[in-house]
Amino acid sequence: MKRFLYELSESWKIAATQMRSNLTRSTLTALGVIIGIVAVTLMGTAIGGIQVGFDKSMSIFGDDVLYVGQWPWRKVDDWWNYRDRKKMKTEYADALNRMIAMTPNSNLMIAIPTSSVIRNVKYADSEVGNVLVRGTVSDYIITSTFDFKEGRFFNDLESRGGANVCVVGYDVADALFPSASPIDKSVLINGQPFKIVGVIARQGSFLGLFSLDSIVVMPLPAFQKYFTAKSEADILVKVKDKTKLAEAKDELDGLMRRVRGLPPEKNDDFSINEQQALKSTLDPIKNSIAIAGLFITGLSLFVGAIGIMNITFVSVKERTKEIGTRKALGARRRTILLQFLIESTALCLLGGIIGLSFAFAMCYLIGVAFPSFPIQFSTGLVAISMVVSVLTGLISGFAPAWTASRLDPVTALRYE
Amino acid sequence: MGEETVRALRGVSLQIHRNEYIAIMGPSGSGKSTLMNMLGCLDTPTSGRYEFNGKNVAEMNDDELAAIRNREIGFVFQTFNLLPRSTSLRNVELPLIYAGIDPDTREEMAAHVLHEVGLGDRMNHKPNELSGGQRQRVAVARALVNKPSIILADEPTGNLDSKTGEEIMALFEDLYQRGNTIILVTHERDIATHARRTVHLRDGLIETDHAGFIPELDLVALDRP
Repeated sequence: MKRFLYELSESWKIAATQMRSNLTRSTLTALGVIIGIVAVTLMGTAIGGIQVGFDKSMSIFGDDVLYVGQWPWRKVDDWWNYRDRKKMKTEYADALNRMIAMTPNSNLMIAIPTSSVIRNVKYADSEVGNVLVRGTVSDYIITSTFDFKEGRFFNDLESRGGANVCVVGYDVADALFPSASPIDKSVLINGQPFKIVGVIARQGSFLGLFSLDSIVVMPLPAFQKYFTAKSEADILVKVKDKTKLAEAKDELDGLMRRVRGLPPEKNDDFSINEQQALKSTLDPIKNSIAIAGLFITGLSLFVGAIGIMNITFVSVKERTKEIGTRKALGARRRTILLQFLIESTALCLLGGIIGLSFAFAMCYLIGVAFPSFPIQFSTGLVAISMVVSVLTGLISGFAPAWTASRLDPVTALRYE
Repeated sequence: MGEETVRALRGVSLQIHRNEYIAIMGPSGSGKSTLMNMLGCLDTPTSGRYEFNGKNVAEMNDDELAAIRNREIGFVFQTFNLLPRSTSLRNVELPLIYAGIDPDTREEMAAHVLHEVGLGDRMNHKPNELSGGQRQRVAVARALVNKPSIILADEPTGNLDSKTGEEIMALFEDLYQRGNTIILVTHERDIATHARRTVHLRDGLIETDHAGFIPELDLVALDRP
């Protein structure tokens, strides 16, 4: 054991001496590993960024809320089966709430009606297009995950009375009121004025596809007064215990069938959606992007590894006589094996450290230049890169090191 | 595979005792290198026995051979075979590393032998900062440092001028006087005269095995075409 440690420290010293005395060669070889590690690490940070963005987007939906609607949240190959389903109605929420109240130990807490359309929003000379205008009740706030930048959500009184008030998303407020506070100002939607009572803090976008901040929320009666055409209703149902989501879903399914008056032999003519289902639809896509990305960048690391293997072979060839001498002086096979493995590993580790610093710097610069670009530099990634570097060194150095360790001392000593 | 087995040595029977100073001589192709490799445990005989301190070397595996080379044999090569980028001290320490000796003791032992061979003031010099004779002294120190049973010198003066060669031979004489066993492989008769016993090889066979150097035989050798 002690001898192993001495041989190990000796091997490190030899490796350091070798690198110093063959500086150009070592640098060029390490460059291959550096590029490989930079590529893999940057890909890793991008994947990490995508993951974080994905989770953030998912959290918008809340993990304790069920969404009842006409369409399921997944790719449907038989869309015609869903197209002719009966429209969802906001009144279902009242029916559901009555049934929930009558059910002892219900897993459901409350049903919230929502109805949405896409409209333009105007203030003075400014106008924002494609805004999601949603009518709902004041309890909507308990199913939502957003915070307020200023102001408040509309209250129960405004909700029931159908007052012309609204809460606007960050983008809407920013576009219409770049310098002043939008509170108590009235925006025009469909020619109708709605007084702003609150501004929602920035939520970002959903998977970068559409902004979650381009939204106006108003009391349902007011909404129904002006926006019934082409509106789409959804019922949001909050569950009491998110660990019993499956039971809650079953219960809700039963209640909805009663609301719809479906006989037992008929299939559901509605869909109950949840965050998890969406996740399991999108996860495979995300994973295949990650795997493809890592594979392609992994190739560059592979090229680097071949460089290391090549240079270690050259090193073994050049130092055949030295190997013979070492063997004559009592070096065992494993000593020689260890020596060359450590040389290739040291080279890879050095390349890995330099590559990682480069990647870190690049991440930082990208982060500064494009704040919205998803990039996530983690300590886990550092550890993985180091492990990958060491493994690259061990694997690529093994064949040459093995050759060296098997050299016949007599032949090696005679080598010129 | 498919290689012809060359019998470099045939029926060589040789006994070397502790504290002998023996020269092995012979023209090239006589099998003296093969014999030296056997004696140095770098190679094992395809058949026959080689007993080293009563242990049969032919049956040893690679690690055991390495251990024997490390502890029992001190090699001195014609081309010195020093590590070019290491100091004298580090070169001499090398066998001790493979013996698993701790760094402090290692340095102490290496410094001690370097003093013994007269290089106390050259310990931190690298081989390219030393003369040929000094390099060979470092190599001798490296051979001695593990207190081996035999010192095996293969043409130790082959790369040195005759004056420096004589200095190295004087060093061997001194080592012999101090109780070391020395096996000298050479084709130079001047060098072989330093040994107390001379073995002549020819075509893989022992031609003569004499105590002391026999001048007549040398004349015979010179007369050969």
